[in-house]
Amino acid sequence: MTSSWLKTSIASIALIAASGAAMAEKANDTLRVAFTKELENVDSYFNSSREGVVLQRAVWDGLIYRDPVTNEYKGNLATSWEWIDDTTLEFKLREGVTFHNGEPFNADDVVYTVNFVAKEENGVKTQRNVNWMESAEKIDDYTVRIHLKDKFPAAIEFLSGPVSMYPDEYYAEVGPSGMGLKPVGTGPYEVVSVVPGQHFVLKKYEGYHDSPKGAPEITNIDIRTIPDVNTQLAELFSGSLDLIWQVPADQAEKMSAMDQFTVMNESTMRVGYLSFDAAGRSGDSPFGDLRVRRAINHAINREELVNALLKGKSKVIWTPCFPSQFGCVEEAATTYEYDPEKARALLAEAGYPDGFETEFYAYRDREYAEAILSYLNAVGIDADFKFLQYSALRELNMKGEVPMSFQTWGSYSINDASAMVSQFFKHGSLDDARDDQVLADLNVADSATDPDTRVEHYAKAIERITDQAYWAPMFSYNTNYVFTKEVEYTPTADEVLRFTTMSWN
Amino acid sequence: MLTFILKRLGLAVLVAFTVSFISFSLLFLAGDPAAALAGETASGEDIESLRKLYGFDRPMLVQYGDWLFSAIQGDFGESYYFRLPVASLIAERLSVTMTLGVCGISFALLTAVPLGVAAAIRPNSIIDRVALFLSVAGQAMPSFWFGLILIVIFAIQLGWLPPSGASSPVHFIMPTIVLGYYAMPAIMRLTRAGMLDVLSSDYIRTARAKGAPEGRVLFRHALRNAIIPVVSLAAVQMGFMLGGSIVVESIFALHGAGYLAWESIARNDLPTVQALILVFSMFYIVFTFLADVLNAWLDPRMRSS
Repeated sequence: MTSSWLKTSIASIALIAASGAAMAEKANDTLRVAFTKELENVDSYFNSSREGVVLQRAVWDGLIYRDPVTNEYKGNLATSWEWIDDTTLEFKLREGVTFHNGEPFNADDVVYTVNFVAKEENGVKTQRNVNWMESAEKIDDYTVRIHLKDKFPAAIEFLSGPVSMYPDEYYAEVGPSGMGLKPVGTGPYEVVSVVPGQHFVLKKYEGYHDSPKGAPEITNIDIRTIPDVNTQLAELFSGSLDLIWQVPADQAEKMSAMDQFTVMNESTMRVGYLSFDAAGRSGDSPFGDLRVRRAINHAINREELVNALLKGKSKVIWTPCFPSQFGCVEEAATTYEYDPEKARALLAEAGYPDGFETEFYAYRDREYAEAILSYLNAVGIDADFKFLQYSALRELNMKGEVPMSFQTWGSYSINDASAMVSQFFKHGSLDDARDDQVLADLNVADSATDPDTRVEHYAKAIERITDQAYWAPMFSYNTNYVFTKEVEYTPTADEVLRFTTMSWN
Repeated sequence: MLTFILKRLGLAVLVAFTVSFISFSLLFLAGDPAAALAGETASGEDIESLRKLYGFDRPMLVQYGDWLFSAIQGDFGESYYFRLPVASLIAERLSVTMTLGVCGISFALLTAVPLGVAAAIRPNSIIDRVALFLSVAGQAMPSFWFGLILIVIFAIQLGWLPPSGASSPVHFIMPTIVLGYYAMPAIMRLTRAGMLDVLSSDYIRTARAKGAPEGRVLFRHALRNAIIPVVSLAAVQMGFMLGGSIVVESIFALHGAGYLAWESIARNDLPTVQALILVFSMFYIVFTFLADVLNAWLDPRMRSS
């Protein structure tokens, strides 16, 4: 065993040495991509990570598709849809579509998928993606109705995003674990192999229907999980990877100076903000006073944070939602110019001429949190900085024990304001504002079927939230994509890698 | 001898379960398992529904009891994160870690012991100086840095070795060197000190006086005695390599058990962490036990006591 092992090793070394740095895999028509995080389960209903969304869009299709550039909704597995009443949607399904395993797609698949994921006890990980659906009903083989629990105008957006259609017979047989190991969908790529969390190989699905996603060009996609970004860069340099993303700004800057790589920066939907305990859930805190909350809004130099730290396509954000989201009316938000003098004056007015002491929590992007901390110090706020694991901070948040924290929210790439503002201001366990007026407006905005009414009430809620300075929204995030010159790709603002839009140069 | 082994085994099981109880409690203190499980995109309501689904709302002792009851029957449950049986998950990751650990410790022993012996034969010679330099460098160099330097030289500049992954034996060369080099200094210093000590003892002088060849004196008489503490140390190092090669596994994208443990702790994946802790504590116990047996074989005096 030893000698054969040794022989293999020596032979391999010789081979690799002889070929020099491995060439890009254009010749084999294989695009090699790295994931940073170990994906928990390829079954898209049972993961909650960016990597999962990327695979979901490649392997499965939804009834509807939203063009990531124009934001226009187009039919995908459905050819048309209409609201029968406020809580019933009827779909005409596309005929002639087959799943990767040969199972034909029809109303039974939609009914099975919807009924399975809508049941809370089946444990879909991100409940809000599916818990607005009550059930589905088959009208005929290619007509299906989805019944909603309540009015939910964002249904179309969710059906074009996280809700994808599964093959009924196969899913009934293998369940989420089996689907995670051998995924089967109707999407542009079929899955060749899965090593859970580590390695995913996809192949162009030859029988892909005429979908608005477009026909895939690259034949094979080979995805490996490489946790260390430096190792990812090394793989890229040595020619054994073609595309990586989420590259830190400083590294990306260096890479952009090199001829063999394309570096592209694109915004993501993630928003960074400070949250204050305005309702006093954590006991007697200075944040109950509006002047204190406004003072902090004035104390932070958002422009500087964006230009010096986040860079790229990040923007200053004033809304408690991402501006591209439906209903996220930027004009409704109160803006607070950077003015430390004014901040100090407001603090003095509130009875804190020498500032005060407080706890300040964060769970990611330590360098951003520390920069914010220095702005707070500059106006006299002495913050005891606590950097926790995400789960530990969430637990404190839910118990209402956090006076002030630096938070971020990515909205799960849902382009509707309900995915952000309504998650935090409807008196749930994470709501530190508990404002009845905001709640009333959001209730109308979340359930009205008339788009104008929705916009009007989201605007009102945003106006109230920002006027009362319940949060200090600060900036949007961005991500850097680095790929070899042989790859042609234009990233989109929702941080979903779309393999169908990639090609070789 | 049998009672001795049985006693040690009983004690080992007790130790393993004490460790598992402590780690279970610590994980609960470290953060809300439901929040960790739900992930960053979850809303408060998602977290609450998961809490009920997985029974995190029950008292901690009840949950531990549940786990213990199944574990005793050999059922380690399903990973909360991967939704796969923990046993198969760990088995898959362990093969990578074991390969790496065995290669690493072999590399460390094969370089450290000869170097230590050479250094002891000629103290303060150039060989001794070189060995000293190597061991100081090994001790001082963080493995994440050493790993990246190797990648830059051998994968990027020379293009001889693949930067990361575990798909062929070649992939293990750099990780082995990094992991082994980290364990090497201690083994080398201990070998050198032991050899120096033994070489100045009376029976070595006797052996030389009766005209035994130098090689026989060094390896049969001296090293056999000097190596005893090294065996114990190597056993501990081996245990460390199997559970603690997190940095190396992460840099070289090896997806072994150490990295799995590290990530599972951050994810509050209780069943996986619990099973891994049991496995790791068993490793330590087994390796220390094997080291004792090996030492007893090397040193007849240990057998009688």
